[in-house]
Amino acid sequence: MEYLFRAEHVTKHYNQHCALDSVSIAVPEQSIFGLLGPNGAGKTTLIRIINQIIAPDTGNLLLNGRTLKPEDVHKIGYLPEERGLYKKMKVGEQAVYLAQLKGLKASQAKKELQSWFEKFDLMPWWNKKVEELSKGMQQKVQFIITVLHKPRLLIFDEPFSGFDPINVNLLKHEILNLRKNGATIIFSTHNMGSVEELCDHIALINKSRKILDGNVRTIRKEYSGQLFQIELENMVSPLEDMLDNRFELIGSTKKNGILSARIKVRAHLSANELLKQIMTGAQIVSFHELIPSMNDIFIKNVTGHFPFKQEESAED
Amino acid sequence: MSKITTIIKREYLSRVRKKSFIVMTILGPILMAALMIAPVVISQISERDYEIAIVDDTSLFYESFTDQSNIVFIHLQTNVDQVLSLMRDGKFDAVLHIPEIAFQAPSSLRLFSEKATNLNAKMLVENVIKQEFESLKLAAAGIDEEVLRTIETPLNIHAIRIRKDGLEQTDYPEVSMGLGIVSGLLIYIFIFLFGSQVLRGVMEEKTSRIVEIIVSSVKPFQLMFGKITGVGLVGLTQFLIWIILTFSIIGLVRVSVPELFKFSPDEQVYVNSAQMLNPQELQNQMESIQQSNTTAGELLAGLAAINFPVMIGSFIFFFLGGYLLYGAFFAAIGAAVDNEADTQQFMLPITIPLLFSLIMAQMVMNNPSGNAAFWLSIIPLTSPVIMMVRLPFGVPYTDLALSATLLVIGFLFATWIASKIYRTGILMYGKKVTYAELWKWIRYK
Repeated sequence: MEYLFRAEHVTKHYNQHCALDSVSIAVPEQSIFGLLGPNGAGKTTLIRIINQIIAPDTGNLLLNGRTLKPEDVHKIGYLPEERGLYKKMKVGEQAVYLAQLKGLKASQAKKELQSWFEKFDLMPWWNKKVEELSKGMQQKVQFIITVLHKPRLLIFDEPFSGFDPINVNLLKHEILNLRKNGATIIFSTHNMGSVEELCDHIALINKSRKILDGNVRTIRKEYSGQLFQIELENMVSPLEDMLDNRFELIGSTKKNGILSARIKVRAHLSANELLKQIMTGAQIVSFHELIPSMNDIFIKNVTGHFPFKQEESAED
Repeated sequence: MSKITTIIKREYLSRVRKKSFIVMTILGPILMAALMIAPVVISQISERDYEIAIVDDTSLFYESFTDQSNIVFIHLQTNVDQVLSLMRDGKFDAVLHIPEIAFQAPSSLRLFSEKATNLNAKMLVENVIKQEFESLKLAAAGIDEEVLRTIETPLNIHAIRIRKDGLEQTDYPEVSMGLGIVSGLLIYIFIFLFGSQVLRGVMEEKTSRIVEIIVSSVKPFQLMFGKITGVGLVGLTQFLIWIILTFSIIGLVRVSVPELFKFSPDEQVYVNSAQMLNPQELQNQMESIQQSNTTAGELLAGLAAINFPVMIGSFIFFFLGGYLLYGAFFAAIGAAVDNEADTQQFMLPITIPLLFSLIMAQMVMNNPSGNAAFWLSIIPLTSPVIMMVRLPFGVPYTDLALSATLLVIGFLFATWIASKIYRTGILMYGKKVTYAELWKWIRYK
């Protein structure tokens, strides 16, 4: 796999406090990479290091296989979690200014900005002061500023906070569009729903260490815990009698003649073994594996156990 | 265009276009010109005469009181109580009562008035009576008043400095003093005015959280340096506009209302000589007319002796140097704190050396070539103010060069320290910052 960005054994100390302990991540080209972790885990420190706002104590940062250099800030777009704009400055002027700091020429920035402003219905606000804009509109302006210089690597820190659902959708659409057009995206969030929806890969950081990383589908599969949901009718014998000690019945309910049961399968056994066992004794209405949500995986990894109502949440 | 230039441009334009800047820039010179012109105008406005009724029980002093420009004396030979009731009716402003025993007991003299006592009138009356009493006493002692007058010697020593090149130069300490304290004070005000603009600008970026967006594009140092430079240029612009406007307004008033600026023939000689370009000729002129000294003439001669290009050049240099030195600290404070209230504790160490220089200015003026003056005008923290105070008295070029060099080193060092506090501070929120904390930030790699 081609990696656009790699961080290798990045360590950062603030006096006695260790903010990052030998964290490595590898972000595949043209993917959306979720950087997850509870508050204070070290995500922001890592993001600031990638943005070269602060320097790591040790560790390598590679963009496109080469060590990250100060000039590379032009190739990176960063939308911080805590973000703001100059309140008294006019929207258009401010956007041009920030684009210039990213290396764009004023005339070029203006042209690019106009098409983005049209797209986000912001054009009438070009000459207004930022303080006259609603929070949502300010967020849109910040998003545009982040992507305007067409960076190859985009870093979004909680991009959806403060957006209404309509604009969240608009933004998701734009983020997927950016990936389609070749951008690679690092995406830091607490919103696990959007992680499942958007991310191809994730890394989970807790207490300044990376504790989990990989492809989202593979990880969820790994955490599946061999749990299956099965619905049966026209049963010949009780379900308990059909299962031997390789299987464990966790719970069952009966409704309108249909038995709905949750069965845990011993490790190394496939779903086929379970089906083989049941096929003869009942008619199978539905069968699916209960894959834990990213939310559950997150909580399991950080706290050491699945959330209290794992079964219920596993169903959605 | 480099990023620093872009930042400087924004910092400069966003301030220069503000209404408050335009208003201050236009109002400033009008206020300054008004301050310079007002005394002239006010002195020409004639007030209603102040009338003093004199009741002289001794009958000795009726001849002594002569009317002044706006103080008029009325001699009455009636009972004091009657006169006092006349005063209450508004016939005159004050009543001077000289009782029979006045000469033996001067403290029995009374000046009655219905409104607050007019200090000028009181002083005038006191002077007249004092003189009269003295001549009475002289006469009683058998001393001729004429003899005494010949003994009295008016004295004003010409302070002459022999310069290194052997030329003699008349010093005018009073003029130098005035000019020194004004320019020292201006530097002090400018440093605070524009330093706190830097502080507010940095705090604005930190609290509005735009700073994280910016530092992902430029180095924190570039942002800090750009801001300090931009604000400094704003200060310089304002100063230059003020200077130009102030002199234009004064010039305009001078042309349109010339009678305000009439000089006595004596003073005119000084004015003419001050306008001459050749310094040697000027010097000669000065020597020739110094026999007939007047205060205004001395002032003009003193001003003519000041090297204004050096003064203005040094002012701009020491303003910029001092501003850059303190501006760096102001930026560091702005970065370290989360809100305006927390700035107070860190403002103290900045305020103290500046305030100290202003307090020491008096001492420096009393002895402009002394040790204190020398050291304070060399040490970067105090040199911007103190050097400006010292400069009108004449400062060796070696001192000036040393002070300037140290100031440059000083602000480079201050900027280096401040940038270390700045780059950590701007990204630090919700933390109570202490001096120990700041020291840690300075030591971060």
